[in-house]
Amino acid sequence: MVTLTPLEAELLEVAGSVPDPELPVLTLRELGVLRAVHVRDADAVEVELTPTYTGCPAVEAMSQDIERALHAHGVRKVTVRTVLTPAWSTDDISAEGRRKLREFGIAPPRTRSASEPVSLTLGPTRTHPSEAPADAPIRCPHCGSADTELLSRFSSTACKALRRCLACREPFDHFKEL
Amino acid sequence: MTATTTATAAALALGDDALVLSHRLGEWAGHAPVLEEEVALANIALDLLGQARVLLSMAGDEDELAYLREERAFRNLQLVEQPNGDFAHTIARQLYFSTHQHLLYARLATGDGPFAGLAAKAVKEVAYHRDHAEQWTLRLGDGTDLSHQRMQRACDALWRFTGEMFQPVEGLDIDTEDMNAAWLESVGDVLRRATLTVPDGPQSGAWTAGAGRQGLHTEPFGRMLAEMQHLHRSHPGASW
Repeated sequence: MVTLTPLEAELLEVAGSVPDPELPVLTLRELGVLRAVHVRDADAVEVELTPTYTGCPAVEAMSQDIERALHAHGVRKVTVRTVLTPAWSTDDISAEGRRKLREFGIAPPRTRSASEPVSLTLGPTRTHPSEAPADAPIRCPHCGSADTELLSRFSSTACKALRRCLACREPFDHFKEL
Repeated sequence: MTATTTATAAALALGDDALVLSHRLGEWAGHAPVLEEEVALANIALDLLGQARVLLSMAGDEDELAYLREERAFRNLQLVEQPNGDFAHTIARQLYFSTHQHLLYARLATGDGPFAGLAAKAVKEVAYHRDHAEQWTLRLGDGTDLSHQRMQRACDALWRFTGEMFQPVEGLDIDTEDMNAAWLESVGDVLRRATLTVPDGPQSGAWTAGAGRQGLHTEPFGRMLAEMQHLHRSHPGASW
């Protein structure tokens, strides 16, 4: 962890409080996409932003929103740089971010152990509560039931899957583990 | 060739694969059998487009490369330019290509070459593409008589394009024979579980296709490019 100057910490707070353009309940900090803020000059700042998915179309909107927020905070020159390494993971979403997703009606991603490669289980699409604890069931964000089934691997955005609760019958989005 | 130009050539090859397949999948918008599937294919296309943008930007200006090159300057595999056909053809193309791309990115991610960063990120996206293709292959292959027959026909028709995926690409330090073996094992496993027959024709050789990396493409590619490029070429420098 690089030590931040008080000014950098302050600017990171400002940039981090910008809401995500697609999931406005989350801030960029809670989503874990804001990597660093460097003060380059008296009033020039460079921000490092990482996309959730390589093709995430929200990156441009995020960059503009960060620029606007920092300009409003008195920074004259803002450069937002997109960085790919280290790759973003759903584990980067904060605990507070997960809670807000659930409240918003989106099942949050399950956490994976550190640096474990993504392995997909190719079993049945229906999640039963009796399933192995290593692969926790995806719970309905509305009623909490673990009896949910997959409708489509890709939902309104690439980062989500569409599921249905078999208890309360409501469809819901699940933020896929990445 | 210098290290820079070999890296550029490899970036073009991988970037063109992603760009061209992205465009083909985008053609399903408004035509897919069900809404969920339309969204799924568009999302996969978007992932590929994101990868293409990163890769083509390593080789030059992404827009110029995508919209202003002639057919012979594209370095993509012939597999990815094949028309969508029926849904089974699209799924067979997805199964063949996403399995290849997953194996390739997994290998590139462990190295320290110029593609390691992108590969480490994209391999996780492609894992979902592969899963999507596998589930559909199982469903169609082990489905009705008609779906089985059409899935088998699609797998057979595209088989001759698969050998090209394992030709060495300059600038990529990959054991292509090892990758081909892993691909055969993985795809063979899915096909067998889907009650399909692994096509018995050769993957490469005199009777097979595969010179896309050298800039030789199949007839449908020219028409695809015309559609993909015409707007940009009709209004040079336009923006909104």
